[in-house]
Amino acid sequence: MLQKRIIPCLDCDLGVSNGRVVKGIEFKDLEPIGSPQKLAEKYYENGADEIVFLDITASIKRRSTMSEIVEETSKNVFIPLTVGGGINSIKNARNLFNSGADKVTINTSAIKSPDLIDNLSSRFGSQACVVAIDAKRRLLDSKDDIENFTAVKTGEGYVWYECSIYGGNKFTDKDAIKWAKEIEKRGGGEILLTSMDRDGTTHGFDIPLIKKVSKEVNIPVIASGGCGNPQHIYEVFNKTEASAALASSIFHYESYTIKEIKEYLINKGISVRSPKDKK
Amino acid sequence: MKVCIIDYGMGNIKSVSNALDFLGFEYKIINHPGDNIEEKIIIPGVGAFGDAMKNFEPFLSKIREAIDSGIPILGICLGMQLFFENSEESGEINGISALKGCVTRPKTNLILPHMGWNSLKIHKPDCPLFEGIDNGYVYYAHSYHVDAEREVVAATSNYGSKIIASIWEDNIYGTQFHPEKSGEVGLKILKNFLEL
Repeated sequence: MLQKRIIPCLDCDLGVSNGRVVKGIEFKDLEPIGSPQKLAEKYYENGADEIVFLDITASIKRRSTMSEIVEETSKNVFIPLTVGGGINSIKNARNLFNSGADKVTINTSAIKSPDLIDNLSSRFGSQACVVAIDAKRRLLDSKDDIENFTAVKTGEGYVWYECSIYGGNKFTDKDAIKWAKEIEKRGGGEILLTSMDRDGTTHGFDIPLIKKVSKEVNIPVIASGGCGNPQHIYEVFNKTEASAALASSIFHYESYTIKEIKEYLINKGISVRSPKDKK
Repeated sequence: MKVCIIDYGMGNIKSVSNALDFLGFEYKIINHPGDNIEEKIIIPGVGAFGDAMKNFEPFLSKIREAIDSGIPILGICLGMQLFFENSEESGEINGISALKGCVTRPKTNLILPHMGWNSLKIHKPDCPLFEGIDNGYVYYAHSYHVDAEREVVAATSNYGSKIIASIWEDNIYGTQFHPEKSGEVGLKILKNFLEL
């Protein structure tokens, strides 16, 4: 039986030599954590099911730094590696695959030219093409809104979710639920779904968002944004159809190890790759 | 002795070569049909069956020869699918046809691609790939699987229906999952093949 995945996410600032992992709150206020490669190795040893590297600086001149990080990491870490941040062409993606990445994740470039999803998945396979959605809650407050956007019921009433690009700096007026369906149709292999409202808060995942998207699409959804403790991960697997949970601060600050989280989930009846079967 | 990794332009040679480096085995990457095949072959591969066979065509006679001569050969994911006759994914194009069977869309109600870690059920405990492994989890990323004769099935996983995880017949070995991405269990499976 397929296991639910636990995925540590490394937000990488490549403005310093060899890069460094940072942690932001609601996409802002960055704080340095450590070396991307060393953290990836540690999480692999601890039983992570996959690692995501996001280049939050995403500038062209720093892209080769990301390739080097992936290249070094993939020598010692034998689980899937996903890389994102500023990828906007087949060529960028190919360089990362050649460095040892297994999947790339795209957001801004996918919204700006959706054909990139079709092209990446036909060239490298849909399993290698993850599309990220950074979604922000918006109140449904006019008749127009109700006609144009997908209403989702939340604790604060009905909302719709707007896609954002450029690391949360620009909004697109695009409905996240509709976009998720289009991603699937175009051949995207997975959706990395981040709630901008919850990101960095450790208040738990945005359950209504994740529930809605994972119900609407037939490709795996990775839940992201807001994870602060093992109960949050249990909640997202129990209440939604998410295939994986992504988190960062909970691991970076060593509040819980991956092993502890997995033991907690197993006790609650969630199927995860058990850490003791690692060997 | 060197392991030959066939690079026919379909996928992640790097992941496989990294695993071999880590395990301390020498290998050479074969990207020209004229290159000499030595004692063992690995065919990696991700992507679509039709594109893969088109790219694989120049290597075909050499690989068939190697299979007939008894050289151990391991196909990974799409690389394993190529051992079979044809694929629903790409109608007219024939595979290597070293084994009977075809590549089909799994009959499952669950979402595809089948992506993530799944548990292994070993059907042939005498298969050298699984020596020292009684169960464990392996990493999959695929939308098609092989529909093969029972006799060649070495291991399966359950994903709404039965997925053939691994095949074995004489010198032909295959895994639908990615041993190079399956942590320590995967490394052990690769090591078992390399030590044949």
